[in-house]
Amino acid sequence: MSAISLCDVGIAYNGTPVVHGVSLEVAEGESFALVGESGSGKSTVLKAITGLAPEWTGSIGILGAQASRRPDRTLARTVQMVFQDPYGSLHPRKTVDSILTEALAIHGIGDRDGRVETVLRDVGLDRRFRFRYPHQLSGGQRQRVAIARALILEPRVLLLDEPTSALDVSVQAEILNLLKRLRAEHGLTYLLVTHNLPVVSFMCDRMAIMNRGRVVEIAPAKALHDGTFVDPYSRELYAASGGALPGPEDTR
Amino acid sequence: MNSPLLSVRDLRVSFPMRDGGRANVVDGVSFDLGRERLGIVGESGSGKSMTGRAILRLIRPPGRVEAARLAFEGEDLTTLPERRMRKLRGAGISMVMQDPRYSLNPVMTVGRQIAEAQRVHAPLGRAATRSRVIEMLRAVRIHDPERVAGLYPHEVSGGMGQRVMIAMMLIPRPSLLIADEPTSALDVSVQAQVLGLIDDLVKGQGMGLILISHDLDLVARYCDRILVMNSGRVVETCEARLLHEARHPYTRGLLAAVPRMRETRAELPTLDRRVWEGT
Amino acid sequence: MTAREWLLTESPDSRWQASVGRAYAAAGLLLRNPLAVVGGAIVLLLILTATFAPLIAPESPLGQNLSSRLLPPSAAHWMGTDELGRDIFSRVVFGARITLLIVVLVAVISAPLGMILGAVSGYFGGWTDRILMGITDIFLSMPKLVLALAFAAALGPGIRNAVIAIAITTWPAYARIARAETLSWRNSEFVAATRLLGASHSRIITRHILPLCASSTIIRVTLDMAGIILTAAGLGFLGLGAQPPLPEWGAMISRGRTFILDQWWVATMPGFAIVLVSLGFCFLGDGLRDALDPKSARKS
Repeated sequence: MSAISLCDVGIAYNGTPVVHGVSLEVAEGESFALVGESGSGKSTVLKAITGLAPEWTGSIGILGAQASRRPDRTLARTVQMVFQDPYGSLHPRKTVDSILTEALAIHGIGDRDGRVETVLRDVGLDRRFRFRYPHQLSGGQRQRVAIARALILEPRVLLLDEPTSALDVSVQAEILNLLKRLRAEHGLTYLLVTHNLPVVSFMCDRMAIMNRGRVVEIAPAKALHDGTFVDPYSRELYAASGGALPGPEDTR
Repeated sequence: MNSPLLSVRDLRVSFPMRDGGRANVVDGVSFDLGRERLGIVGESGSGKSMTGRAILRLIRPPGRVEAARLAFEGEDLTTLPERRMRKLRGAGISMVMQDPRYSLNPVMTVGRQIAEAQRVHAPLGRAATRSRVIEMLRAVRIHDPERVAGLYPHEVSGGMGQRVMIAMMLIPRPSLLIADEPTSALDVSVQAQVLGLIDDLVKGQGMGLILISHDLDLVARYCDRILVMNSGRVVETCEARLLHEARHPYTRGLLAAVPRMRETRAELPTLDRRVWEGT
Repeated sequence: MTAREWLLTESPDSRWQASVGRAYAAAGLLLRNPLAVVGGAIVLLLILTATFAPLIAPESPLGQNLSSRLLPPSAAHWMGTDELGRDIFSRVVFGARITLLIVVLVAVISAPLGMILGAVSGYFGGWTDRILMGITDIFLSMPKLVLALAFAAALGPGIRNAVIAIAITTWPAYARIARAETLSWRNSEFVAATRLLGASHSRIITRHILPLCASSTIIRVTLDMAGIILTAAGLGFLGLGAQPPLPEWGAMISRGRTFILDQWWVATMPGFAIVLVSLGFCFLGDGLRDALDPKSARKS
């Protein structure tokens, strides 16, 4: 059973179609990237999977269950999302502890203290941070809290919307390492949206390149090593990101 | 030309802290700049943007700027009267900022804003100004300048907005351009175009360029020399082409921490934060 | 660890320590503003005067003494006496109770009502927003004093009806503020994240959005206090608020009108009290805006 299964998905915003005919399968335990520039529709696909973008057609399946057109409580324990902006994804007036326990309170899960401490340890934040407010945390620390919040319900699938774009280089490295480790430890499936190809090279097994709302190519991460992209837009994106396209004598 | 275009010695920018003391966000930065391209690289909190703003004297109280020497074309900037500084801004030194959505006036057309930049420094008649505006829009490689001049900032794409900003900043023909993260808000494919444009214009007009960025590779590609900043200090100066031979552990750490296109490492090396607590 | 260190520590050990610490920091900001301190002192003075009125006032506010009619301010009568020989100072002191009562009741009724309506309206948008804001606009478009008068006249004079009348005209402003704040927060990523956790709309509105609207509402309420006091005084002036012999400041001014030229103190003293208290709330409200409009809640 695939972790995420999109079949001919079209998404619209207020009637205007922004994504067309997207089909892809993400296997369980896989790390899959959705790559594209702004306006390509990649973040929109994530939103549709979670029910935040309700105007979609086609079929979206998560571990066998059909996705709903609004955020669904049962699905909340299967799939969670980490957002891009570490400043905007935490409530400014709630402590870290409050943000994390809320997730547990909504689902009536007990042993809150224990679980909060465990998940904070998991993301590399020690007890000092538990009762801080977001403005007392750095960008990297906030993003760790966002990851903790996504993990505290023990989902199987994690959607990541440009999780490190807003972070400094050194912090990005720490967060990417953390995400990689968590995936290995918990056997998670990742669907990662990014415009940064080197991040894909580090984090992912396969990628789908999107342009103007359509998937133009699905390629293995290995393609980033040798530039063996087929679609002209993919090749353009690869070159603009600093990749070296194979010369004419390298074509197989 | 013997004397440098810009001469900075021991620049310090400080802000008051909650407990009454002052924090130096720029802490003793010194460099000389000729008609060359200098890159200032650092993470957030390193003081790189503040350095750029300090040169243009854009830092208001309670921030304080002090320098043993801060001179542009021989003129001391620290003691310059504000009126003279205003003339210098734009005509002598110009700055291109990160996000055109925020740095362009949303209620004025693009053409009017560029014209204003001209008018403030060297007023020409209406027709002459108009043709200068069109000329500049063409120089920044906008294909139908007459139509674009009548558009509002929200009607143009990010890349085009940045070109407009560049047109606005270069129309008074400054000698020095400070570009503060000029392409961070742009897509990858557009970044190369905009940087290439800045590069051509700077070389074409014989200007000096200070390119401020968090992206080491980018700066290495478009600059002649690089300053690496951390916690307000310059930790390394090197020539761009020799970046990969950089010595300082912070620079080496930054270089290693960036994922590569052909990434094979299982884990990215991280900086030891205890040693370089930047923010 | 000293108390101050405990309050301002970067790493609180419990929820309680974190909340108290934040309140302490905000209070610190407030106290740094001299006008806010003055305003706060005046408001505190109002509260203390109202609470300890029987201990502060030298005479009963209601006892008539016709032989001491219309005496000018003196050592015996700090603010003089009115047309029935009552000590004006005592009446002003007891009048503080009425003023405080009216102001607190109006705030307690109109602010939560306005906030909830505004937040619901802004959060759901669409027809909910249109209908609720339409109702709000209807109330907003009516002149406050006239509407208050109409209600007071319809319901009958008296403090309770005056409070209801004023509350009805005050809530629309808070609804508008709450709606504007809600609109700016509604599309934040933390709201999306919380929805993804499975939170219901009511949980998001009550636990996430309303706390964010609270500061602007508190600030606006404080600044509105002056207007509320004046409206209450206006109603009292016209005989529709507190009824005689209650020492409501507006009613006192009204009765002092006839003597304004020769015995100016009868009308002016309660007038000073109104001005002083209104100013106090205005200063406090401005100071609160600087302290609560959190730089701390923004990006560091």
